[in-house]
Amino acid sequence: MAFLVSLAVVLLAVSTSVLLLLSHQGWLPPAVSLLAKAVDRQFDVTFVISGVLFASAQLLLATFIWKYRSTRRNARVMPMRGHGILQGIWTAAMAVLFVWLAVTGFVPWATARATERIPGVLVVEAWGEQFEWHFRYPGPDGKFGPVHPDLMNDGAGNYLGLAPWRDPASRDDIVTANLAVPVNQPVRLILRSKDVIHSFFVRELRIKQDAIPGEEIPVHFTAAKTGTYEIVCTELCGMGHYEMHAKLFVMTESRFEKWLRKMAAQQ
Amino acid sequence: MNPERPSGSSGVSQPRPSGLFAFVRKYVFSTDHRVIGVQYFLLGFVAALIAVVLSLVMRVHLAWPAVRLPLIDRLSPLGAPGGLLTPEYYLSLLTLHGTLMVFFVLTTVPQSAFGNYFLPLQLGASEMPYPRLNMLSLWLTLASLVVLLSTLFIANGPPISGWTAYAPLSAAGAIAGPGEGMGQTLWTFSIAGLCCASMMTAVNFIFVTLRGRAQGMTWMRMPLTAWAWFVGAAMILLSFPALVVDCVLLLLDHLAGASFFLPAGLVMSGQVLGLHGGSPLLWQHLFWFFGHPEVYITILPAMGLTSHLVSIFSRKPVYGYRAIVYSTVAIGVLGFLVWGHHMFMTGMNPFAAFSFAALTMAISVPSAAEVFSWLGTLYGGSIRFATPMLFTIGFVSVFVTGGLTGIFLAQPSVDMYLHGTYFVVAHLHLVMGVAVGFGIFAATYFWFPKVTGRMMSERLGQAHFWLTFVGAYLTFMPMHFLGLKGNPRRYSSLSAVPFVASLRPVHIFITIAALATAAGQLLFVVNLVWSLLSGARAPDNPWKATSLEWILPSPAPFQAFATDRPVVQTDPYELGVGGNPEVYVTQGSAPPATG
Repeated sequence: MAFLVSLAVVLLAVSTSVLLLLSHQGWLPPAVSLLAKAVDRQFDVTFVISGVLFASAQLLLATFIWKYRSTRRNARVMPMRGHGILQGIWTAAMAVLFVWLAVTGFVPWATARATERIPGVLVVEAWGEQFEWHFRYPGPDGKFGPVHPDLMNDGAGNYLGLAPWRDPASRDDIVTANLAVPVNQPVRLILRSKDVIHSFFVRELRIKQDAIPGEEIPVHFTAAKTGTYEIVCTELCGMGHYEMHAKLFVMTESRFEKWLRKMAAQQ
Repeated sequence: MNPERPSGSSGVSQPRPSGLFAFVRKYVFSTDHRVIGVQYFLLGFVAALIAVVLSLVMRVHLAWPAVRLPLIDRLSPLGAPGGLLTPEYYLSLLTLHGTLMVFFVLTTVPQSAFGNYFLPLQLGASEMPYPRLNMLSLWLTLASLVVLLSTLFIANGPPISGWTAYAPLSAAGAIAGPGEGMGQTLWTFSIAGLCCASMMTAVNFIFVTLRGRAQGMTWMRMPLTAWAWFVGAAMILLSFPALVVDCVLLLLDHLAGASFFLPAGLVMSGQVLGLHGGSPLLWQHLFWFFGHPEVYITILPAMGLTSHLVSIFSRKPVYGYRAIVYSTVAIGVLGFLVWGHHMFMTGMNPFAAFSFAALTMAISVPSAAEVFSWLGTLYGGSIRFATPMLFTIGFVSVFVTGGLTGIFLAQPSVDMYLHGTYFVVAHLHLVMGVAVGFGIFAATYFWFPKVTGRMMSERLGQAHFWLTFVGAYLTFMPMHFLGLKGNPRRYSSLSAVPFVASLRPVHIFITIAALATAAGQLLFVVNLVWSLLSGARAPDNPWKATSLEWILPSPAPFQAFATDRPVVQTDPYELGVGGNPEVYVTQGSAPPATG
């Protein structure tokens, strides 16, 4: 029995470690922003530290189970009750390691949530509702018009309850079903919701942010590679949660301008 | 030296029941902590059985959405027409699975079932200080369970908001989705009831520890199981009120037209709800102020039991007894300061997030210290591989694996990717579900002889261990992979999003592993029933253990320590005295002549 248990734990440690190391490069989808690369570096550091701790703890467990199994030759035990210094060193080492991780792990996250004004930033609103995303661009005036909950009418296409006939700022607002941004352009995305909590998630950007009704929550990113990416909802929002998704198009500057003009014409 | 006494020599014998009334008084409406402990175990057993079946239904639906499941359309013709789950019914079952497991299994069994039975015995107390309160607690828990399960039989079924019931989804009523009307109201009543019941149990645990200890049972002579139950009870008493408040406010939103959790300007299904500014985040703050201590409330008893069993089955004292005591208390305190790590994505101030991240990392330190102590206890021991020890070794392995993924999630920037994905599902199931489950199994195999007077089958127990250990790893390890690929949790179907659909083979693998693991649990059920009816007669101290319950006959008699109060003269883990694995001193028996 000692042999079997020990073997099982060794197999667990070895197979998991080998699997992780062999396929490590392919774990996460490609990172397409500076922020995403910073997150990946932090992930890698954490991965190495936890991997070493995992493998060494499991292998020690397996070794002790095998070595100190009850046998006739093993008829004595070492009844020590602890080593204060050894335990103190271990505890202090863990404390330093974990707190260091917490400090370094903080930087990329805070960058995504910095509140200072970035020059030339493109501001876009992302709205969640059961069970779709809407995006709003402020148009040439750079201002979002006020939203009126009583005018929100999905059937009539007025998803956000805009009243361009009386709010001048709303006249050039552009509401779209997918999100497009120019490549290498800093974007300030403001998360809002009409009904329940949703969460905006783009894997390749490593960005996730809740959209909470009654709040406007900004998040920043700069996409560095053109392409089409999936936007999904990662907060349980009701029966259609699983099908709440949209596309993120990262385009060249000129194609983006063209796309935005086309969308403006459809309003 | 033989610390055991001939059985049948206890001070008080229980009066035999005569007639139906006496039977009901003794085994149904009992104030005896032992009977209440067993009743809690049975209650948790039923809840676990239902919750496991629900999880299998969900897993099969995810992997093979076209498979028509038997019987479920009888239960809910609306939710599963022709045996095919609707998206909303999937979420209803998901909510019930999480709620049953977290509240009625993982909180109730390690703490209320085993704690009720064995905390007074390990301390040398004759009874719980408030036996009627204890009985009320049990019946309130049962009523809460019945109310929760009744949602299966109402028109729109159980709520769809998950066990965390985030507002506004949970607060806006039926307009937010099926099950969010009556279903959510009943859920809230049930959880408020369970919280009150758990607090009553906690009061008993705290007072029996403060006032009921036998002569000589000093704080530093308490078994580590007793320490864990005590700290767990203190955590319950301080954290569960937050959830009761949360539930009361949610009920006011549901029934009295209040809007504590509903901001102004909500539009659902094309209707303006016409509310005045409440806060959805208020729900989360109160919920997680309860919720994170809760995680430790479920696992502390299992950690205490692990320290206890590692020592007994290695035949040597606990390595670093005081370190484990201080770690347990540190976890109890730090557990209240980390709730914000569940809310990194809610737009929290970066400085608040930094504090929560640092404190969350800090709580890993006492856990790491305990792992070190367990390995130190195994080192140089003479390890016996009875079934309780197998599950204890399993616990250590799973606790390390599940705990380490916590240091990914504790960092806001890594959590930004992993939050809300299957990585979190893997983490919480390993560390809460599987690890605590192993603790429950170890406790059952270990204490069954003391409760029933019979041994459980070793052969069945070992087979059960292997199926569970291998099966649980095969089920939950691949979920980390799904999380790294960004697969969001709580999706009722994989079909809508292309990158999620491409992960279906992994989901199929997980479902097969889950079905096999669940089938393996039948061995446990068979073992329980078979051993109860015809297991070998248990000696008083079959494991040569050292805490007070083992000086009693098996099964433990009624109010065993009422007249025959033990006097404790030794530490709780006097094993391997003089380096001989066979020499040990049970608390309450005479200490050895030579030190």
